[in-house]
Amino acid sequence: MDFEPKIVGFLCNWCSYTGADLAGTSRIKYEPNVRVIRVMCSARVDPTFVLKAFEQGADGVLICGCHPGDCHYTEGNYKTMRRFPLLKRLLGDYGIEPERVRLEWVSASEGHRFAEIVNDMAAKIRAMGPCLARPALTEDPAQR
Amino acid sequence: MAERKLQVALYWGAACGGCDVAVLDTNEFILDVAAAADIRLWPIAVDGKYQDVEAMDDAELDVTLFNGAVRNSENEHVAKLLRRKSKIMVAFGTCAHLGGIPGLANQFSREEIMERAYLNNPSLEVGNRTLPQTQTDCAAGQLEIPRFYARVYRLADVVEVDYTVPGCPPHPSQVKAVLTAVVTGTLPPRGAVVGASERAVCDDCPRKKEEKRVARFYRPWQIIQDPERCLLEQGILCAGSVTRSGCGVRCPNSNMPCRGCYGPLPNVRDQGAKFISAVSSIVDSKDPEEIDRILAGVPDIMGYAYRFGLPGSLLQRSL
Amino acid sequence: MARTIHIDPITRLEGHGKITIFLDDAGEVKDTYFQIPELRGFERFVVGRPIEELPRIVTRICGVCPASHHMASAKAVDGCFGNECPPLAHKLRDMYYHAHYIHSHIAHFYALAAPDFVCGPDAEPATRNILGVVAKVGLEIGGSVLAARAMAQEIQSILGGRTTHLVWCLPGGVSKGLTPEELEKIKPMVAKLYDFTQFSLQLFRDVVLGNPAYVELILKGPYTLDVHNMGLVDADNAPNFYDGKVRVVDFEGREICKYAPHEYSMYIAEHVEPWTYLKFPFLKQRGWKGFVEGIDSSIYCATPLSRLNVADRMATPRAQEAFEEMFSTLGGRPCKALMAAHWARLVEMVQNAEMLQKHCADPEITGTRYRVVPQRITGEGVGIVEAMRGTLTHHYTCDDEGICTSANLIVGTTNNNAPIHMVTKKVAKSLIGPGKEPDQGILNRIEMAFRAFDPCYSCATHSLPGQMPLEVEIVQGGQPVRTIRRGC
Ligand code: SF4
Ligand code: SF4
Ligand code: SF4
Ligand code: FES
Repeated sequence: MDFEPKIVGFLCNWCSYTGADLAGTSRIKYEPNVRVIRVMCSARVDPTFVLKAFEQGADGVLICGCHPGDCHYTEGNYKTMRRFPLLKRLLGDYGIEPERVRLEWVSASEGHRFAEIVNDMAAKIRAMGPCLARPALTEDPAQR
Repeated sequence: MAERKLQVALYWGAACGGCDVAVLDTNEFILDVAAAADIRLWPIAVDGKYQDVEAMDDAELDVTLFNGAVRNSENEHVAKLLRRKSKIMVAFGTCAHLGGIPGLANQFSREEIMERAYLNNPSLEVGNRTLPQTQTDCAAGQLEIPRFYARVYRLADVVEVDYTVPGCPPHPSQVKAVLTAVVTGTLPPRGAVVGASERAVCDDCPRKKEEKRVARFYRPWQIIQDPERCLLEQGILCAGSVTRSGCGVRCPNSNMPCRGCYGPLPNVRDQGAKFISAVSSIVDSKDPEEIDRILAGVPDIMGYAYRFGLPGSLLQRSL
Repeated sequence: MARTIHIDPITRLEGHGKITIFLDDAGEVKDTYFQIPELRGFERFVVGRPIEELPRIVTRICGVCPASHHMASAKAVDGCFGNECPPLAHKLRDMYYHAHYIHSHIAHFYALAAPDFVCGPDAEPATRNILGVVAKVGLEIGGSVLAARAMAQEIQSILGGRTTHLVWCLPGGVSKGLTPEELEKIKPMVAKLYDFTQFSLQLFRDVVLGNPAYVELILKGPYTLDVHNMGLVDADNAPNFYDGKVRVVDFEGREICKYAPHEYSMYIAEHVEPWTYLKFPFLKQRGWKGFVEGIDSSIYCATPLSRLNVADRMATPRAQEAFEEMFSTLGGRPCKALMAAHWARLVEMVQNAEMLQKHCADPEITGTRYRVVPQRITGEGVGIVEAMRGTLTHHYTCDDEGICTSANLIVGTTNNNAPIHMVTKKVAKSLIGPGKEPDQGILNRIEMAFRAFDPCYSCATHSLPGQMPLEVEIVQGGQPVRTIRRGC
């Protein structure tokens, strides 16, 4: 009952982090489940980071970048866009539900949007329960 | 007093025997090894050389080359025993290194695997619903077989590993190099990957590389490969850019794509994650729908990303 | 007091196979069990993969005979694509496969079987290996054995790009052809390999046939079984390793059935016992009758000897001569003496070498139509080849996208699971009893029975290659009193 999801949020510095910051400074209330990691661009989010987050016990991963066309590095978010479908399918093959991973475009002015995304994600994951992808969670060496 | 000869063991866990054949494929060289070392244990080729591993002193063996993954209780037991008896433990071949092809089983549960093998397949005896049991009582007494684990493990998951030799199987020339280093005592510092290069397969691949951009992926049977051009640029998935070299570019030189058997590049933790980046990066589109359509040409992403290394990946197995 | 003997390469110690012998109070063998402790689950984990990837996945069932799995898989996949493979691809695959056979047969005969004969069954275990053989026959011959095996590997490497775990076959053909320059490289090697097969036959005549004790060992003793024989044959009932129909002949020489690959499930079924991971195939139409010999038995062998037993003739002239010589010496066909499998292996090798010569002389072999792009997916295929260690069946289905939906494998050594179980018991019964203490020599004799089958549990369980290291543990009143081990 008292399960609170741990969501790792990778936010690009130029749009999404600013957007999240805006949500904070505008006192928009949103769920406290996201641990934010600021990256220079969404393209910096190597799929390894996402796997690593789950390996470390995350229950969800949120990646946010500038809207297409607005990336500070011009093409970075297209790169992210191309990478995401395969990453999501791979996570699906690992048995991680699609609701646990999201890619969203959030601009610097979209504080509200960021809050909505976080609330929605937290609610869905809360309903699903913890993610068991972390190997240590399901493994007892004595019970192989 | 003559120098004490090197004491060596070769052993297999859940393996196919290809790693042992790779040692045999060093041909006459193997006679030199036999001259320089006592091969105390090598089930495939040497008969009666050795009496009893358990009776050995701890660390009596200088080196054990362990090939194969850990699939059941017996594999784990022997791995631990040999670890105790050996000064140096080498994970030899991709199964020991990363879980190998048998590691693909980590996408399925023990029950699913047993079900397919013994309860649901077209050639089973009708009406027989028997499953193998770790213990069976028969009229004359009790019979035991090892426990089939819920999943596959790397060697390093059950014992400490000192060196890793990648490859499925390791190329015989690499085997030679590694054995030479063992015999001459010129192994690098502990923890190293030996018998492989620091570069990617692509770096050694002689195929012509231009700009990688594709609007469609092809499965290898769907297109007649241009024998000169990079396969990935032709839209055929190839793991050469995310795979450590050392195999002699065996697959692209057979006109077939690399599937990654030499494992990740140095300092890469998860080969599959890099594979995803590499494949997505060549998709020639900025339109989400078109991207989806192009990537639909890549089925079974798990099977390509971790063909040889699911147990060695960050998440190790499917839920 | 009742005792249990474990012949146990596992004993948490080595290898992957185990024999348990139960003795009663009087010391008579009550029962024996031959157990295989491994399973890897290929049939399950290939599901969901692109079907064309299977030939390069299933090679890892066995690194001792990867080409057998590659070829059987390729043929099953061809079936899933409507069998559009051009004739040249089949020829090239057949050529490769003959070279693979030679490599494997050389390794088995010289490294694994010959020590028993050349050094003698009672030689010190420490010398009973390939090095001991080399010491006995001389370095020159030893060198030529290694060279011959290396040549057989080299031919495969030239043809398919690699040896162990090749990646050559695709739906619709093979990924690379043979160039005229490559053919010129292969030709002299083939000539040498042919000479080597003749040399090996002569060696067998001199060392084995020239020794009455060995002839007696082969023909008499507990190493015979009245079970049926299986092998792949061509339209003339000559052995074919890559293609043909499966013929089953009873131990008195009468044909029981002959089936095409896609009919396999009408003829073969597999029995499961709880005390081993390895299944027991049997002749389905007769039903599972248990581990029994005799005319009503549903058990068959699939060994080199079985293949020659089911054949009416060999496919090539010099092999035919060797075949006739073998069966006239052994007292006719079929032969029930399991140990004759070693000789049969050499006879097969002659056919392999002659077939290689034939392919080399074929003007079409360097052609370019070795691959087509298949135009349709038909969804199901069964591929059967004769693996060195028995008939190998791969059966796949796939969906419209060519994604594997099911796989079933009946693997070479698995066919011989029941006969090995039975011969173990027979040998144990004949050698162990009141006043006949099990010792190193007995262990030896049991292992020689295995060796005739050249069992490969890597294939069978998808785990252990090559030969069985053995350990016998004698347990009395629950306490181990004695342990004999070898090859561990
Ligand atoms: S690494 Fe490859 S060759 Fe070695 S045992 Fe595993 S599957 Fe066989
Ligand atoms: S992607 Fe494959 S074919 Fe292309 S250069 Fe790399 S290894 Fe060679
Ligand atoms: S090309 Fe790739 S898959 Fe093939 S042998 Fe080399 S590393 Fe392994
Ligand atoms: S800087 Fe925001 S996505 Fe690239």
